[in-house]
Amino acid sequence: MPITYTSNEQVEVYRFSVPVAIGVPLLALFLQAFVPLRFPRFAVYVDLPLLVTIFFAMARRSPIAGLFTGAIIGLAQDMLGHNPIGIYGIAKTVVGYGASSLGVKLDVENAGARFLVTLGFYLIHSAVYFTVARALVNMTQSWSWVHGILAGLVNAFIGVLLYFLLDRFKQRT
Amino acid sequence: MESVLGRYRNLIVLVLVLFAQVLGLAVQVKRGGIASDAQDTRLIRIWAVGALSPFERGVVWIQNSARNVWHNYFYLRGVRAENRQLKEQIEQMRLEQVRLSEDAAQARRLQNLLGFKEQFIAKTVAAQVIGSSGSDLSRIVYIDKGEDRGIKRDMAVITADGIVGKVLLVYPSESQVLLISDQSSGVGAILDKSRLQGVLRGAPNGEVTLERVMSDEQVQPGETVLTSGGDQIFPKGLPIGSVTKVAPGKDLFLNIKIKPATDLSKLEEVLVLVEKQERQAVADVHERVRAADILAQRLPSVPDKPVTDPNAPASGNVANPGAKPGLGPATAGTANAKPATNPNAATKPNIGSATQPTAKSPAVAGQQASGSAALNNAVKTPKPKLVNGSSMQADSAKVQPGPAIVEEKPAAPVSDQPKSQNPTQDTSPQ
Repeated sequence: MPITYTSNEQVEVYRFSVPVAIGVPLLALFLQAFVPLRFPRFAVYVDLPLLVTIFFAMARRSPIAGLFTGAIIGLAQDMLGHNPIGIYGIAKTVVGYGASSLGVKLDVENAGARFLVTLGFYLIHSAVYFTVARALVNMTQSWSWVHGILAGLVNAFIGVLLYFLLDRFKQRT
Repeated sequence: MESVLGRYRNLIVLVLVLFAQVLGLAVQVKRGGIASDAQDTRLIRIWAVGALSPFERGVVWIQNSARNVWHNYFYLRGVRAENRQLKEQIEQMRLEQVRLSEDAAQARRLQNLLGFKEQFIAKTVAAQVIGSSGSDLSRIVYIDKGEDRGIKRDMAVITADGIVGKVLLVYPSESQVLLISDQSSGVGAILDKSRLQGVLRGAPNGEVTLERVMSDEQVQPGETVLTSGGDQIFPKGLPIGSVTKVAPGKDLFLNIKIKPATDLSKLEEVLVLVEKQERQAVADVHERVRAADILAQRLPSVPDKPVTDPNAPASGNVANPGAKPGLGPATAGTANAKPATNPNAATKPNIGSATQPTAKSPAVAGQQASGSAALNNAVKTPKPKLVNGSSMQADSAKVQPGPAIVEEKPAAPVSDQPKSQNPTQDTSPQ
């Protein structure tokens, strides 16, 4: 039964088994690397590692756990590309911290909230990535609000479905 | 103090983690440029790739197996019709090949005069694409061949359609390939007709543009773009793509958009150029073979009488055992004109072998019986030598339709040749 929590005392913290905590991010990274070979637009609009980061961060409701989850997933994603390692790491660290902090304070169990949270964090993630890539790494980047919102909506829709699927692996503490 | 640390513990940890990552980035970034040199972080990248590539290989293997089973054993509709079409296409392409080989020979002669050096593709390794970076900001793919197959950094990666990219990082059994559409990629390019040279670069949105072409030059959409060879990675003359849009750019240069010849978003198999040869162009010293000659060769004709050594005894053995027979319908002779062939030598019926530059001394195994004067002019027809007074004998089993020009093999000792041939056997082609 979904419960609405509005304060720290009422917040229920979830944990995950080790296979799920390792396997789900690995699966997300694998799909992110493999699916674009068949569906090239997938890499443009979908960021599965980001969705997994948001889910774990919100479920654990611990900012430190959230930022480390984001950092590890982001760094792993960096390793698959050829750009300097740390750009995705920084972006997802911020998202992990923010999602877990938000999860402590808001009800993020219903679909509407999850949709908006995911949309918002996708834009934050893109903005941090853009800033780091341009300011620190001197990469040529162009910002597009249309693309950002469109991709955010796509990610939010997929995220809502994915979160309900991953809810089955939650374990109460 | 403790209360402050406790109160802002989360924020402090966040700042520390971010600081550590920024520090790591700073170490990787070279002097002001984009740190695309991933060599420094090779070890940790190996771990990440090593963790994912077995799954990618597995899925690709399952996909290919299922597809092969379906296409090879079940879905065979239209195969006969397709086969017929392909055969017709091969015939047309053979004629086209003869014409093109003439042009190539002429080009080689001219290059030889000018002292040009060419780069030739000497060896390639076929590889399967097994993964990508998963990000549109890093346009790379992973292939399933690595150090163990002789692949090295900066080797060119191509397909039959055109160039794909270059090898950026090499792992023990995988390699990372930087696509030409990545913004850190650069390829020396030349426009096919106007011969204008430029640099091909990728854009952040995945488009490919040709830079460094002056704005006062005339470039037409649709023009083909080839590699110029100036980057020392891609051999000269490989197709890159075609011009789609030309617009004025910044700094007196044109902004030329290119559509790659290879669909970079749907790569499955690629070739890695593991060995290139740079050599002086050599003029083709072969006799000319024209398309008309090939056509004439295929027409029905009256066979000539065989040329035999009048001093040779009647009984005998195989003549000129080293030559491979290449007998066409118009050249194989009749029952009276039995061309000498090595029974063990396979006939090469295709024109391609006849016109390869490697065939230094094309030999005609058997008497040319074509009624076409053009063919006789075009092809040297050495008279078959009779060995040990043998009469000429053809291996009818080896006689196949096709042109008569074949590559000559070193002659084997006479004693190794089969001596018994049925003298009454009719060797005329059917």
